[in-house]
Amino acid sequence: MMKTKKSGQLLKKLYVALIFIFLYAPIVTLIVLSFNSSKTRAKWGGFTTKWYVSLFHNSAIMSALYNTIIIAILSSLIATIIGTIASIAINSMNKKVRSVYMGVTNIPMLNADIVTGISLMLLFIAFSVRFGFGTVLISHITFNIPYVILSVMPKLKQTNVSTYEAALDLGATPVYAFFKVVFPDIFPGVLSGFMLAFTMSLDDFIITHFNKGPGLDTLSTKIYTEVKKGIKPEMYALSSIIFLSVFILLILINSLPNKSKDEQKVKTV
Amino acid sequence: MKNKSTLLAAPYSVWAIGFILIPLVLVIFYAFTDKTGSFTLDNIIAISESTNLKALGLSVMLSFISTIICLLLAYPLAMILATLGVNQSSFMVFIFILPMWMNFLLRTLAWQTLLEKTGVINSILTFLNLPTLNIINTPSAIVLGMVYNFLPFMVLPIYNTLIKIDSNVINAAKDLGANNIQTFTRVIFPLSLPGVISGITMVFVPALTTFVISDLLGGAKILLIGNVIEQEFKQANNWNAGSGLSFVLMIFIVISIFISNKYDKEGGSIL
Repeated sequence: MMKTKKSGQLLKKLYVALIFIFLYAPIVTLIVLSFNSSKTRAKWGGFTTKWYVSLFHNSAIMSALYNTIIIAILSSLIATIIGTIASIAINSMNKKVRSVYMGVTNIPMLNADIVTGISLMLLFIAFSVRFGFGTVLISHITFNIPYVILSVMPKLKQTNVSTYEAALDLGATPVYAFFKVVFPDIFPGVLSGFMLAFTMSLDDFIITHFNKGPGLDTLSTKIYTEVKKGIKPEMYALSSIIFLSVFILLILINSLPNKSKDEQKVKTV
Repeated sequence: MKNKSTLLAAPYSVWAIGFILIPLVLVIFYAFTDKTGSFTLDNIIAISESTNLKALGLSVMLSFISTIICLLLAYPLAMILATLGVNQSSFMVFIFILPMWMNFLLRTLAWQTLLEKTGVINSILTFLNLPTLNIINTPSAIVLGMVYNFLPFMVLPIYNTLIKIDSNVINAAKDLGANNIQTFTRVIFPLSLPGVISGITMVFVPALTTFVISDLLGGAKILLIGNVIEQEFKQANNWNAGSGLSFVLMIFIVISIFISNKYDKEGGSIL
């Protein structure tokens, strides 16, 4: 009995390890390629760190990085504000209206990215909006809001209305009562919605592809155009830096002692 | 309270109507009109042209296979993760989300390097005197890319429903004489079904509609329905034809969501 249990444990570990290798093999490959002095992916030309230096002199990549980060920050921030306010409103609606709102909210989540992308593109064309930073920002906010609403709503449902009403009875203004009583309760949901929105914005390619202007590139669209001409090794270097800094950051957060349950929830998202 | 909630909902209402609903209406409008703006069904009927039909068929087949493989890989994994202690499991889940922080185009591209005829995997296989793997630029490579990219979307919802299962329920089943297999098929699996269903939609829809994975791993020779639509918009500039095909795609998505909603009452979402 003891023995089968042990071999079962071993089998489980082996299985997790295999999936782990499957998920991380491409990432290790990219990190290795970032140190490859040969310009092609196919050949190993010896170890070098020159791509990490030339990366910072490559203005095209740097401006793509800048656009990516600015769009991710702005879109997730605006989406978090609109989404949180909307969640509070939706939460106090009657069942019928609420289900209409939630249905609409689910559209960008469940619809294919390509359809969301082209539908927004057709909108901008119909109103002859010039494609560029603004159109990309609007489209990112649009697909980010649902992530915020779907993270905040469960937290709102758990909050007790009586505490808010008690605060009002004790003379607090609605805004004050909200920030002192309700907001701390839903904060983990707001934060995880923001983080999720930020990650999705950072990694998006398809929707940006259809809504960007000719002069504007994010990292994803830059990589996509480079695929045909050959990816610049600086790109591998940049993504290795991004990946490793997030990795180290998350390890640090994870190793902090006494984390509350809510904080853990944020990380699992 | 009533007026206030309408007031608070106003910004999102405007946003949702302007950027979710009206754009969809536009897709439908373009789908049913020709270049001059008069009504036509040609764009919808275009799906029955052999190249389009072939692309759609291939998309449905490959995304179906990928979804099944994802489910088979993800379920045992989610079960293992769910049995770990809280601390360890949140760490494990983060390990499975972390790859998303490396750009997904680059991650998919890295599979080219791994799968190429003289690539990393084949070098290892040759070294071990094993037959080489020649799947790059074939549908198999596309399936691999889909499974690779969408596996976390299957793992997370299943994991989220599994950790919510009360261990007393499982113990009760065992006390009542159920063996491990019975406990699984009669108790654990039915309780995790909302997660499974939502995982299936979260993998099937993006796999069905991708054009990037087929572009990168299919060698630009294999056309999925996503590639056809992308080309109509970006190369042919034929928005009507592209919208028509998108409309057909949307019908497929609505059907798959309708099927999942029938089962998914608990809302086992990725969040």
